[in-house]
Amino acid sequence: MTSSYLLQQVLNGLVLGSVYALVAVGFSMIYGIVRLINFAHGDVLMVGAFTAFGILLVFGFPLWAAVLAVLTIGAILAMLIDLVAFRPQRNAPQVNGFITSLGVSILMQNLGILLLSGRPRPFNLPDWLRSNLEIAGARMTVLEVVTVVITLVVLAGLTLFVRGTRLGIGMRATAENPTAARLMGIRVNRAIATAFALGGALAGLAGLLYAGRAGQIHPLMGFVPGLKAFVAAVIGGVGSLVGAVLGGYLLGFAEVLFVGLMPPAYGSYRDAFVFGLLILILLIMPNGLMGRAAEERA
Amino acid sequence: MSLQRHHLAWGLLAAAVVALVAFAEARLSGYERTVMGFAGIYAMLAISLSFSNGLTGLFSLGHPAFMMVGGYVAAILTFPANRKGFMLPALPEWMATLEWSLFPATLAGGVAAAAVAVIAGFPVLRLRGHYLAVATLGLIIILRVVINNADGVTRGALGLNGIPRHTDLWWIFGWLALCLFVCWRLKYSSVGRSLLAIRENEMAAACMGVPRARAKLAAFALGAFFAGVGGALWAHLLTNLTPGSFSITLAFMLVVMVVVGGSGSLIGAAIAAVAITFLSEALRPVEQAVGAYGLVQIVIAVLLIAMLLLRPQGLFASAEPALLRPAPFRARRPRHPSQVEKREV
Amino acid sequence: MLVLEGLDVWRGPSQVLHQISLEVAKGEIVALLGANGAGKTSTLLTISGLLRPRGGRAILVEGGQEFDLSRLSADRIVAAGVAHCPEGRQVFGGLSVTENLRMGAFLRRDGEVAQDMEEMGRLFPILRERAGGLAGQLSGGEQMMVAIARALMSRPKLLLLDEPSLGLAPQMVDAVFDIIETIRERGTTVLLVEQNAGMALDIADRAYVLEQGKITLSGPAAELAEDRRLQEAYLGLAPAEASS
Repeated sequence: MTSSYLLQQVLNGLVLGSVYALVAVGFSMIYGIVRLINFAHGDVLMVGAFTAFGILLVFGFPLWAAVLAVLTIGAILAMLIDLVAFRPQRNAPQVNGFITSLGVSILMQNLGILLLSGRPRPFNLPDWLRSNLEIAGARMTVLEVVTVVITLVVLAGLTLFVRGTRLGIGMRATAENPTAARLMGIRVNRAIATAFALGGALAGLAGLLYAGRAGQIHPLMGFVPGLKAFVAAVIGGVGSLVGAVLGGYLLGFAEVLFVGLMPPAYGSYRDAFVFGLLILILLIMPNGLMGRAAEERA
Repeated sequence: MSLQRHHLAWGLLAAAVVALVAFAEARLSGYERTVMGFAGIYAMLAISLSFSNGLTGLFSLGHPAFMMVGGYVAAILTFPANRKGFMLPALPEWMATLEWSLFPATLAGGVAAAAVAVIAGFPVLRLRGHYLAVATLGLIIILRVVINNADGVTRGALGLNGIPRHTDLWWIFGWLALCLFVCWRLKYSSVGRSLLAIRENEMAAACMGVPRARAKLAAFALGAFFAGVGGALWAHLLTNLTPGSFSITLAFMLVVMVVVGGSGSLIGAAIAAVAITFLSEALRPVEQAVGAYGLVQIVIAVLLIAMLLLRPQGLFASAEPALLRPAPFRARRPRHPSQVEKREV
Repeated sequence: MLVLEGLDVWRGPSQVLHQISLEVAKGEIVALLGANGAGKTSTLLTISGLLRPRGGRAILVEGGQEFDLSRLSADRIVAAGVAHCPEGRQVFGGLSVTENLRMGAFLRRDGEVAQDMEEMGRLFPILRERAGGLAGQLSGGEQMMVAIARALMSRPKLLLLDEPSLGLAPQMVDAVFDIIETIRERGTTVLLVEQNAGMALDIADRAYVLEQGKITLSGPAAELAEDRRLQEAYLGLAPAEASS
């Protein structure tokens, strides 16, 4: 095993982990504030990918326009889902929210099939994004570099927002104790909408990056990354943003490691491995890396 | 015990179903019987899921995984021995010569599914709420990957076809009746009430000495048994199996049936299962005629969301139609309509 | 400043407040006394808009304006000048002390928040020491200080204090009651809910006694302190409370 091979694996894990981290952070943020496992989060990623497809490949706008569009569309879509499906049943048992999100997910996937057809479409980014760079003997495409950089920038921005701004701290306060937050004059539904918007924007962005990596898009593409974001969030401790980022990168590395170490014939066991890992982690450390003591608020 | 009103109601129901099945077997076309068969299988799956999910407050999405186990086990057992050699080359010697009939194979499928549920249940049932849901979803994905890769025994993603069409409506509705009988008896037994105690309050149940881990596991395994049986019947009705059929969408459909019927209500689940099966069959030609693929799922998803927003307790909450309930359970019906769904067993 | 007229409040299927009427004048400390479950907290939650009355009115008169609290949303009520320091402190445990204080000033747009933060540091020296630490890791008494300071950060005209002495060491209780008097001296009106009737009557101007959701006694604090019925109630001789 040469050192450049090792570096290559590390870089692969970093790229994959970045996408997972983007999805997992939003997922965890939504869980943190409404205690909702939002199954439809992965489908926001799918819509982001189709938005990017339209902006970049149908209309031929530049990359920055696509980034802006996926952030906006993702945010609006996630807020809309919250408004229509989740807000009316805020006081219902948790499991109802989860089932609703499953319904929203199936609805979005099938609307996608209905309106855009279930056939996968090639998603070919402009050539400059697909060209290779050499880094100490390892190879990365420009897209992969962009993925890592954008992810880090966005996550830094998010950190500044939730740590330093009034609305960001208000969001965290609402996640901690919605009743006390209301007594401070925080409008809880607005804080929740903010969390959905941020999470949706990040999922939309992840859709662009994920599609660029996969080279194709289809209406069911959000399912697997959505579930993996859940796994990443659980590894990190659901509700913790730092944990979600950490979990995303750990999962990325673990997957790359699994594929790299296993004989090629077992490569198809990758998804089974991820879920085996999930069940294992839920059992041995149900609070994840950064989670606080288990709580299941009614 | 003297003959009571609910005995009469059950008798009439049973007679109606027998007459319907006899009529269907004699007069209806193959397609119509297949649709009716699916309605019966879905009803059994929904009843068992409503039983284990509704009465324990567990939320498992794992039914398709257990159907997969039951379906494959049963199909391998009944598969014509003369074709096993080239279709399933990796089967061990003793299995390659077997050619069972439907009933023992179905039973074996159910038992295998229950065994998987027990093994998986030991770790997984310690999880709560939606963690359990996602872990059981993981179970579907793990089993699917395993079956896809064990192609010497299962033909992998190609799917196993040419399974003998042993299943008829008598088998399906016979199993359905057994499933309903068992779940019903358990629901109204002291075990059932201890399960309900777990759903309402784990701590209280523990203090009252309800062995909750064992009760949960038993309910989970029983649900899995009938899911396995359902998978076996399904395999011998459809005559082919692919891992892809046991999808998240299927898990979703079953959840919709339980939610629409009212979590914990057996009759509610059965009614919802039959209604949703016929609804999707009725929509399928529309879907194909206008090329609107996905329409069936969209309608069902909208139905679910509307149900959760407007009547989250489902059609029957966790209760059963009054006509079918034994007298003491009728009498206790609370008068205040807003409390019906919480109190009634 | 605050007038409650015939409030009827329900929580779920049961009525928790029956025809509650009370008044708080500007600059007063008014105590609301009663046993567990008498409806004290429900009264405060109705004032701050977290519970809605089915009947009656809650009026805040402030700065020449009249606010109908039973119609305003919780954030408008805070903006109108009511701060509610809830039962059991309810600090944001995962936020730092400073962040907790910032949340108290959530609706303020003036530039003097930082200045008030300094001021809180003078009023509660312990908060300055712990400014960067997580509020959840403070002792109960320190958390009480955070909760009060957080409520003051909105520059309230009326402060609702729910059981500030609950679960505190006796020394801490004294400190908290000293602070309440300081708050009044700084010009904030206080409506104080307490089970510790003796201490509350010491600092209050007037008091009301709640029993099973009804006001059964009211008057100047000094008179009530001498009242036999009240003394009996707090010796545990009152009729048993309903479970609501």
